[in-house]
Amino acid sequence: MQDYQSSLSEPSSRKFETFSYLPDMTPEQIRTQIEYIVNKGWNPGIEHTEPENAGGHFWYMWKLPMFGETDVDAILKEVEACHAAHPNNHVRLLGFDNFAQSAGASMVIYRGKTV
Amino acid sequence: MAKTYDAGVKEYRETYWDPSYTPKDTDILACFKVTPQDGVPREEVAAAVAAESSTGTWTTVWTDLLTDLDYYKGVAYAMEDVPGDDTCFYAFIAYPIDLFEEGSVVNVMTSLVGNVFGFKALRALRLEDIRFPIAYVMTCNGPPQGIQVERDLLNKYGRPMLGCTIKPKLGLSAKNYGRACYEGLRGGLDFTKDDENVNSQPFMRWRHRFDFVMEAILKAEAETGERKGHYLNVTAPTADEMMRRAEYAKEIGAPIIMHDYLTGGWAANTQLAQWCQENGMLLHIHRAMHAVMDRNPHHGIHFRVLTKILRLSGGDHLHSGTVVGKLEGDRDATLGWIDIMRDSYVKEDRSRGIFFDQDWGAMPGLFPVASGGIHVWHMPALVSIFGDDSVLQFGGGTLGHPWGNAAGAAANRVAVEACVQARNEGRELEKEGKDILTAAAKHSPELSAAMETWKEIKFEFDTVDKLDVSHK
Repeated sequence: MQDYQSSLSEPSSRKFETFSYLPDMTPEQIRTQIEYIVNKGWNPGIEHTEPENAGGHFWYMWKLPMFGETDVDAILKEVEACHAAHPNNHVRLLGFDNFAQSAGASMVIYRGKTV
Repeated sequence: MAKTYDAGVKEYRETYWDPSYTPKDTDILACFKVTPQDGVPREEVAAAVAAESSTGTWTTVWTDLLTDLDYYKGVAYAMEDVPGDDTCFYAFIAYPIDLFEEGSVVNVMTSLVGNVFGFKALRALRLEDIRFPIAYVMTCNGPPQGIQVERDLLNKYGRPMLGCTIKPKLGLSAKNYGRACYEGLRGGLDFTKDDENVNSQPFMRWRHRFDFVMEAILKAEAETGERKGHYLNVTAPTADEMMRRAEYAKEIGAPIIMHDYLTGGWAANTQLAQWCQENGMLLHIHRAMHAVMDRNPHHGIHFRVLTKILRLSGGDHLHSGTVVGKLEGDRDATLGWIDIMRDSYVKEDRSRGIFFDQDWGAMPGLFPVASGGIHVWHMPALVSIFGDDSVLQFGGGTLGHPWGNAAGAAANRVAVEACVQARNEGRELEKEGKDILTAAAKHSPELSAAMETWKEIKFEFDTVDKLDVSHK
């Protein structure tokens, strides 16, 4: 039997919704998830936040959502640019489904220093 | 020219059978599966069903002539053979919209499945489907929040949500119960759930349960940084008491409450759903008693009808069956009523048992909930069958983990995320499920232990209520 390691005082207990219970994705895995968003016809968008403010609905938008962008490299470049500009912040990639008026996908790609 | 009064018994088919009738866009349409007594002609019994579920009675009465009965009557307008079963046939009946009070599924069903089900000329009768015209749909309140709003409120995107019904169903004290919830939520579940028969018994009164469970939610949220909920069951002996419990749930900050819409009743359910809409609460709906009505292939009300009733009456989640778990559910039929829950327009599709086009207009969709006898090995099939807009609910499959609820929850969370990731990569879940889970378990001792625990369990009894197809 194994103890379940999680507590208020241990920042590594903090999770980030979809895919945060899996090991960090490899660059190749990130690419395939971006391809999935593009193939669905969703609009990629990037958001970031200071770790202490991660609980709210609204993170900071990194520029506008990339409407109509289908180039995976271009999308990856923006994710990296956001991370470079805010190295201590969480950075997430969303796929906005304008028909459902909801995000069809959302995943944290860079984790800042969790609190 | 005015009609004359002629007392006595007329054959129903003279008045209520009209194969030349073209249904209006505003008519409510129903498809019944009719099993007549021996020797009763189909036209007569179809007309009788139309009559007894609308304006008619067994004899002519003089007051019929004070109104325009031709305008208000239901009409049997078509009949079809049931594939593979010559004991019965389908009768299609159209009802003018004027027959029904606006926004009242209570009123519609009191007519359509009222006295007619006890009618002597019938051996059995089953309401297979209803087409609610958009004109009627728009008079109903519908789901309090709907799929899109719930995702936004809870910050859950791009995957099915995970739940767990707390067991044992009955007998835990409120504090022990709250503990079980807390463990599940901190392990990675989005929701825990009251069982349907948890109301307010002597061993655990509702207010104590609500208080302890709310503490569990808040601590799990602080610990994981994710939003959590517990379906607080407000089903109660009276509608007033139900509302009191709902108000208290709101007061303590609970995001979601729960109701049993069949045993609790449709009037109470509609009232609660409207209150939820006004108060920003999510509403989970359980369906205890449904199999009494929907399991017999010849008699009762099909679950696709009960699904439509609930979408109109209001609920944000509804149990749908799992296809793969311990409870009855044909795959194609289940896919049919899942569409009825979620889609804005559902086309007639006999291969899924859907008899009519159904336009839901602006009415939000709701989440199907797959619950009952499922465990981590079912996850690839569940993600494949239900897709992202669903709640997958593992009771025993969480709590029965050898290391406890938190580990059980984590195992399911890792499994669902691994399946979603693989699906997004273009892999076939039902074919490659074992490889996907085995690979994910390498990074998750909790998943590995869960896979070890449940590897042998399957539920492979035959379905009793199958779709009507000739090769049955």
